[in-house]
Amino acid sequence: MTYLGFIEIYVFILAGFVGFMVITRVPPLLHTPLMSATNAISAISLVGSLVAAGSERNQVSTILGFVAVISATINAVGGFIITDRMLKMFRRQPEQVPGEKKP
Amino acid sequence: MTPRELLIQAAYIAASVLFILGLRSLTKAETARRGMQQAALGMVIAVAGTLLHHEILTYSWILAGLVIGSIIGYPLGVYVPMTAMPQRIAISHVFGALAATLVGIAEYYTHLHGGEPVSTPLMAALGFEVVFGALTVSGSFMAFSKLQELIPGRPLTYRGQNVANIALFAVTIGSFGYLLLHPGAEQVFYLMVGLALLSGILLVLPIGGADMPVVISLMNSYAGLASAATGFAIGNNVLIIAGALDGASGFILSIVMSKAMNRSFGNVLFGAFGSVVAGGSGKTAEGLTVREISVEDAAMQLAYARSVIVVPGYGLAVAQAQHTVRELADLIEKRGGEVKYAIHPVAGRMPGHMNVLLAEANVPYDRLVEMDEINPQFPAGGRGAGDRRQRRGEPGGPERPVEPDLRHADPERGPGPEGDRDEAKHEPGLRGHRERAVLQRKDVDALRGRQAVADAPRERGEDAVGQAPQGRTSRTSDVRAIRSWASR
Repeated sequence: MTYLGFIEIYVFILAGFVGFMVITRVPPLLHTPLMSATNAISAISLVGSLVAAGSERNQVSTILGFVAVISATINAVGGFIITDRMLKMFRRQPEQVPGEKKP
Repeated sequence: MTPRELLIQAAYIAASVLFILGLRSLTKAETARRGMQQAALGMVIAVAGTLLHHEILTYSWILAGLVIGSIIGYPLGVYVPMTAMPQRIAISHVFGALAATLVGIAEYYTHLHGGEPVSTPLMAALGFEVVFGALTVSGSFMAFSKLQELIPGRPLTYRGQNVANIALFAVTIGSFGYLLLHPGAEQVFYLMVGLALLSGILLVLPIGGADMPVVISLMNSYAGLASAATGFAIGNNVLIIAGALDGASGFILSIVMSKAMNRSFGNVLFGAFGSVVAGGSGKTAEGLTVREISVEDAAMQLAYARSVIVVPGYGLAVAQAQHTVRELADLIEKRGGEVKYAIHPVAGRMPGHMNVLLAEANVPYDRLVEMDEINPQFPAGGRGAGDRRQRRGEPGGPERPVEPDLRHADPERGPGPEGDRDEAKHEPGLRGHRERAVLQRKDVDALRGRQAVADAPRERGEDAVGQAPQGRTSRTSDVRAIRSWASR
């Protein structure tokens, strides 16, 4: 099906650079959401699992693919939900009305 | 290219762009949530596109898998408490890596038994996929078990451990090398998978609970690399991109973590951290006295403080004290004081964990200050520690801030060794309202009516992961005492 092409290596290296540049800018404040986010994103291996599970090539592939679909879906669903749950909690200081402050 | 393939590729490109934009949005807390929703949309698009794939003939297994996965995944997203985030992430690394590994094995099997020879480049991709994948599966599962206290969190070591690990590693690499030359050797392939699984277990075995942030970051990176290798194996660019992003993220986080823990990255990468931990025990703050203060004292000092910096450690989270601390902060703020939180990068059990815990307790995120930013704000430059240092003939005068305190912090005990800041805090002249008081975890403990853990040498390794200190019950009377002080 595939022969390891140089295109893929280009893609990998360039994506690695993009990732490096983007992620070094993520503040430590958001490191935990970052980790759960990348984790959810890497559940994209679901794409490979789907093909393995549905292509009827042989039983081994179907069963392994099926289990892979389950575990990747767990990550995709749970990962994005929990990331959102965390990010929802981060909120700014509410603007303080000056007169409200006690001396 | 058929229209259908065109559509699939367009979906993958859209997904890749949305993923990158999603991660970019995480650079700011305001944009983060929206960006991640976009990334989730990207995932949906990619999956929908894949379902059009011409190789997919039956949808029954796929549908069943998607449904079961969603049923398991949903509660893992909605109900897991924030204190359990490290375990939660560790177990999701298991799932992610498991998917990659299984796809790799299925791919290998299909090629071998479908009459298609496995080419060397394909073998290389599959090899990386299953080795990184299997290593991550078992390693993350070990991390999960330690964090969940299914097995003891302290480092498990035995004689010749490093030699055994290196030997195992060498055999794994050796079998990979052999497979590159003879891709048809099926037994060797499964042997390699087994060895990689074993390596994951043995790699994490000697690592103590406090080092888990590094392990989790590293596993994050490995899981990403396994995904990327899957992309190479099945020729799918979106997998390569997502895997590379994940790999880079885990890599950066492990560097950040190891720096924060004063370890070299090589030390982390080759998993030798266990040995370092074993050596660094019993280090009480030498020659520095720790003064315990009573609840009354603390209340008084806090009541008159203009600026308070709270330095939370993991114990605070375990004791669920973050809500009480926030209450206290509200009181201080009502009296006109300013409260900030100094967050050590590895406070908690994973990168940024403490931020999440405090955010959960409704602490606004602009009060959470990271280590490098807050260090100059500690009172060392004032009349406290700086003077003393000069008297002792040490560097660091009154005018310039002393060496950053938080950098050498022990994530287990919160920042320490309890040195200058404590001296500064308990300096008799500190009552003056221009001074700053620093609240440490043990102070919080004291405030909650517990015996301050003074300076019992809690070694980071020996402390069981997530171990809840015994007998710590919150006493509302103390909070009330502080409250009454604050309202005077």
